[in-house]
Amino acid sequence: MSLRVNDLRVHYRTLRGEVKALDGVSFGMADGEILGLAGESGCGKTTLGKSLIRMDGRMRHAGGTVELDGRELPVGDDRAMVAFRFHEVSLIPQYSMSAMNPTRRIGRMVGELLRSRGVTLDVKELESRLDLVGLPRDVLGRYPIELSGGMKQRMVMVISTLLDPSLLIADEITSALDVSTQQAVAKALLGFRESGYVKSMIFITHDLALTSHIADTIMVMYAGRLAEKAPSDRLTKAPRHPYTRLLINSLPEIGVRHQDRKLTGIPGSPPSLLDPPKGCRFRDRCPMAGEECAEDPPPVEIEPNHFVACWKA
Amino acid sequence: MRQYFGRKLLIYGLTFVVAVTVNWMIPRFMPGDPVASMLARSRVSQPAAVEAMRAYYTNLFGFDQPIWQQYLNFWGALFQGDFGISIWVFPTPVADVILGAVPYTLGLMIPAVLLSYWIGNRLGAFAARRKLLDNTVLPVGYVLTAMPYMWLAVILAWGLGVTAGWFPVAGGYSFALQPSWSWAFLVNLLHHWTLPFLSLFVVALGGWAIGMRNMIIYELESDYSNYLAALGAPTRLIRRYAFRNAILPQITGLALQLGVLVAGALVTEIVFSYPGLGSLILKAIQNQDFFLLQGTFMFIVIGVLLANFIIDIVYVIVDPRTRAGMAGAA
Ligand SMILES: Nc1ncnc2c1ncn2[C@@H]1O[C@H](COP(=O)(O)OP(=O)(O)O)[C@@H](O)[C@H]1O
Ligand code: SF4
Ligand SMILES: [Mg+2]
Repeated sequence: MSLRVNDLRVHYRTLRGEVKALDGVSFGMADGEILGLAGESGCGKTTLGKSLIRMDGRMRHAGGTVELDGRELPVGDDRAMVAFRFHEVSLIPQYSMSAMNPTRRIGRMVGELLRSRGVTLDVKELESRLDLVGLPRDVLGRYPIELSGGMKQRMVMVISTLLDPSLLIADEITSALDVSTQQAVAKALLGFRESGYVKSMIFITHDLALTSHIADTIMVMYAGRLAEKAPSDRLTKAPRHPYTRLLINSLPEIGVRHQDRKLTGIPGSPPSLLDPPKGCRFRDRCPMAGEECAEDPPPVEIEPNHFVACWKA
Repeated sequence: MRQYFGRKLLIYGLTFVVAVTVNWMIPRFMPGDPVASMLARSRVSQPAAVEAMRAYYTNLFGFDQPIWQQYLNFWGALFQGDFGISIWVFPTPVADVILGAVPYTLGLMIPAVLLSYWIGNRLGAFAARRKLLDNTVLPVGYVLTAMPYMWLAVILAWGLGVTAGWFPVAGGYSFALQPSWSWAFLVNLLHHWTLPFLSLFVVALGGWAIGMRNMIIYELESDYSNYLAALGAPTRLIRRYAFRNAILPQITGLALQLGVLVAGALVTEIVFSYPGLGSLILKAIQNQDFFLLQGTFMFIVIGVLLANFIIDIVYVIVDPRTRAGMAGAA
């Protein structure tokens, strides 16, 4: 087991109180596994990703533990986490387009970043990785603004994986791209795993169709909690949670893409995480809701590796 | 790039023409008659002599020509560095009077601007996101920038000059001394320079510190800072990048502030009777010396435009963001 997350709780401090963006999430990942993390916008995907590498100033570790390769990750301790960042856990952020310092040539920036982490830049290695993602080697002499969106995306992918991290978090890295570029990026990620640049990967997206192509396992979150987690083909072919089913049913036909149709297909909206209601959080929108749903449904392993948090699954 | 500079040059050119024209118009359409004031001053009583002198002066200043001719002459003279003849210190050419005052103004402004810029930016950058410092630098900075230049000058003159008696409060040097390259004179010069310099420096310092502090906070919250932090880069590196990225737009701030700084310097000179362009303007107004006034304004306008243009060029050269943006646009 490469990653083990136990009852992780992360809150945002706001003026109106604590937003419980991650409210007790548990799951595991095997070595070399690609986990697709899906769910509506605002369900806590980014929060989960950030919690595993670096919480921002408003986030608070409210409970739970994370274990990576048998060692505990001190997720709540910003200083202690430094040793793990980049070396063990790395991130391709949601904002790849603006992730590079605009006033430094890329090659120089990478060199300075590596030196600051006590690593010397292996130019040969860097160049072979550029080749792998199809970037010309002279990008290193350019400023980020001189690259196209797709090139910036790939450049950030290369930078983030330069130290061969054990776990890579890729947050919505395909959302801003067109379909053919999306596929190229997905292929590059698979290539990274094959070449051993990364061991396992959390691939965050709100696009279930794309996830199922690249992920081994898919985890669906709802309102700060786990709804369902299963091997990709099981989850897409035989979903058990009503929310997952609605998501899958609202998927557009293969080949046809309607960005908006997918998730607006489910009427209603998720509850506020400032003061979430007791019981199942999907209750307001669930067509199958009943009496027992006033209690929190715990995630249950109904079949090997298939977890569902629903009384009626 | 070329297109960008072409456009800039055009804008500066137009500004220059408008400034020159307005400058030419103001004394001509202002109440008061420079020739009459000259005559009044020379206290000639015989009407015939008065008429002769009037004709002489009118001709000398070119008032007898049609207005468009006066305008063209003005431009022609301008390109020869000829601003006419001063009435206040008749018959010294205005250009000479101005050149005598310019070293004082530049000697005040250049160190004040450069030092306040350098120290203020460092201070602001250092204070940003550091609780204790931030809580002191911020309010002090706001008080300083909100303070009119004249105010601080008066306070300093009164406190350190009149009350404490540490510094002289008037003039560029003691009247007992003759300008020379002797140590005694230089020390005296420096002594007189201190208070006007301080009042300019301190007010400008606050502005830079606050601007920089805000810029740095913005940069530290930007995506590239977050990315570096996520990859475990030390604060030192992130702050270094933030400083560089924040100081570049501050250069534009310098260009924007230049006018204010010049105005501040002029007012400060007047408070301290410092013999620079500011005092010259006051003298010109008091003596209805339109040519001197015109020449001084002209000189300041050209100076500010030139400085702005240079800053513009420097900014484009040092900031790759603007450079690449232009390459895309061209
Ligand atoms: N800085 C913040 N302050 C307060 N609440 C936040 C902040 N960032 C995110 N949230 C809240 O946390 C929840 C999860 O957000 P996020 O993890 O960004 O969702 P996702 O990535 O799945 O779209 C949302 O309800 C959002 O409103
Ligand atoms: S627990 Fe009840 S409300 Fe929640 S998803 Fe299952 S059936 Fe629907
Ligand atoms: Mg997100």
